[in-house]
Amino acid sequence: MLRRPPLELYELTIHEAADRLARRELSSRELTQAVLDRIHQVEDKVRAYVTVTEELALKQADEADKRIAAGDAAPLTGIPAAIKDVICTKGVPTTCGSRMLENFLPPYQAHVTERLLDAGLVMVGKANMDEFAMGSSTENSAFYPTHNPWDLDRVPGGSSGGSAAAVGASECIYALGSDTGGSIRQPAALCGVVGFKPTYGRISRFGLVAFASSLDQIGPLTKDVTDCALVMNVIAGHDTRDSTSAPLDVPDYTQSLIPDLKGMRIGVPQEYFVEGIDADVRASVEAAVNKLQELGAEVDREVSLPSTGYALACYYIIAPSEAMANLARYDGVKYGYSDRRGDTMWQNMELTRQYGFGDEVKRRIMLGTYALSAGYYDAYYLKAQKVRTLIRREFDAAFQKCDALVTAVSPTPAFKLGEKTADPLQMYLSDVCTIPVNIAGIPAISVPCGFAPAGGGSASGGDALPVGLHIMAKPFDEPTILRVAYAYEQATEWHKARPKL
Amino acid sequence: MAITREEVQHVAMLFRMSLSDEEIAKFQQQLSQIIDYFQVLQQIDTEGVPPTSHPVSLENVMRSDEPRPSYPPEDILANAPQSERGFFRVRAVLE
Repeated sequence: MLRRPPLELYELTIHEAADRLARRELSSRELTQAVLDRIHQVEDKVRAYVTVTEELALKQADEADKRIAAGDAAPLTGIPAAIKDVICTKGVPTTCGSRMLENFLPPYQAHVTERLLDAGLVMVGKANMDEFAMGSSTENSAFYPTHNPWDLDRVPGGSSGGSAAAVGASECIYALGSDTGGSIRQPAALCGVVGFKPTYGRISRFGLVAFASSLDQIGPLTKDVTDCALVMNVIAGHDTRDSTSAPLDVPDYTQSLIPDLKGMRIGVPQEYFVEGIDADVRASVEAAVNKLQELGAEVDREVSLPSTGYALACYYIIAPSEAMANLARYDGVKYGYSDRRGDTMWQNMELTRQYGFGDEVKRRIMLGTYALSAGYYDAYYLKAQKVRTLIRREFDAAFQKCDALVTAVSPTPAFKLGEKTADPLQMYLSDVCTIPVNIAGIPAISVPCGFAPAGGGSASGGDALPVGLHIMAKPFDEPTILRVAYAYEQATEWHKARPKL
Repeated sequence: MAITREEVQHVAMLFRMSLSDEEIAKFQQQLSQIIDYFQVLQQIDTEGVPPTSHPVSLENVMRSDEPRPSYPPEDILANAPQSERGFFRVRAVLE
C-alpha cells in the first residue's frame, strides 16, 4: 500500500487537478499526457479499456486549455475521464463488451456524455465491462477480462470493472459506470474507489444501452467523495428524452460535503450481516459504524428489513425479463453483428444471436423468456414484482426512523479470476448486498473502509484487498449519502491508498 | 431438473436464438439450478400486495405530438449490415 505524497500528475483527484489548472500551474495537455503515459505503462497488466482514444483526448485537452485561458472553465474542464463502454459516444466505438456491437458507432451522444462535453470533457477511453453489463467480475467481456489493480490475479468486480480498475490504477482521473444490481458499487469496493449509484431517475438514461430499464442508472466512479459530488453536479438532472428521468431540481452536491454527522440517524440492518459475509469485511464495516458514531451519528443496530433475503431471486427474475425485451433489438438487421449463413431471415436472426451473444447474456435472455412465458408469468414475474413492493415498503419504513443505512457492499473482497465463472449462481451472490437498492430504486454509495488480507500468492505483490462501505438513503436524498460518505472519508485515510503497479 | 432439454430449446426459440447441443446441455443444468433457487419466493406471503409498476413513482409523462427533426437516415443506416436505397436489406420474409 503506497501512501502519497509524492504525487504523480495522474494520481491527482478532480478537485486537486482543477485547482492547479485554475492557477495555471498545470495544463490539461500535460495532465492528459500524464494519464495517457500511465495507460501505456500499466494497461498491459490491468486491461481496463476496450478503446483508448488518445488522439481525441489530446484534441479535447487543447480545447480545454483554450477554455481555461479564456476564463470559461468549469470544475471538470480538461480533466481526463473514462466512460463505460455501454454509454453512447458519437462516432467512438461503443461495444457494450459484446461481439454483437464490436463495430457499432453510435449516431448520437448519450445525455451524460453531452453534459460532460459541455463541461469540457477529455475522454481518454471507453472502459471494459461485462457483456451488456451482465456480470460481477468483468470476465463476461467478449474481449478480455480486466484485472484488479490491487492484485492482478483477482477480478475488479463488475460490470463496471473497467471503470473501477481505471480509476484505481490511475488510468483516468474519474469514470462513469452504470449500475443495475451493483455494477458501480461492487467494482468500486473491490478496487478501493468511490462509486455512486444515484436514485433511479436522477440521471437521464438517454444513450445508455438498455439492460434492465426499471433498474439501470448511470453514476460516477471517483477517487474521493468531493470528486463524486463534482461529477454529480454535471450529470444529474431532468432530460425530456428519458421519460423516467425525474423532473426535479438538482441541488449543488458540494454543499453536502460537511465533515460531521451530528443529529444524523444511521441504521445498520441486521439481515445484511448474516452467513456468507467474510470476517474481515464484517470487521471493517463494524469499525466504520463505530467511526460514524464517533463523528456524531446516532446508530441504530436493531433496524430490520425482513425481505432482504428474497431480493436476489426477485432481481434475477425482473432484470432478465426486462433484458430479454431490450435485447430483442439485436436482430442482425439494423446494426451490430449479422450472421447471414442461414437460408431464411429467421435462421439468420437465430444464428446472429447464437454467435453474437456470450453465455451470460444467453442465460439471462432464457431466464427472462422463461419467466414471462405462458403458464409461468404469475409464478415468477408477477410474484417478483409483488415481492419488490414489499422490499420497497420495508425501505420506506426504515427511512422513517433513519436518515441512512449502512452495510457491506460486497460480502467478500475481490475473488480470483476464474473462481466463479463455472457457477453462475455463486457469481450472482456477489451482489447480494447491492441488489436490494436497485429493486427499491434508492441511491447508495460505496466508499473505501479498510483492507482485508489477500492470502495466498499475488502477482502484483499487493498485500491487501480493499473493502467498501455501503451507504443508502431514501429516494433523491443523495445529499445525505454524500454527507455521511464525506464525513467518514475525512476522518479516515483509506481513500488515500494507491495500489503498487 | 427444473427445466427439460425441450423447454430450453423452446425458450430459446421463443426468443429466436439457436443453440448448439453442448449449449443446450450446459444451460439446462445451469438454468435448472437458478430456477430452483427462485422457489424461495414461494415462501413469502404476497396476498393483497400490488405488483410494482415503477420503482420511484412518477405521474404519466406526456408531450404534445408535434413533428420535429429526427436523425439523418444516412447516419442511422451507417451501422446497418446491409442497406439499399435508404432501406435496411433483409432476406425475403414471404416465400
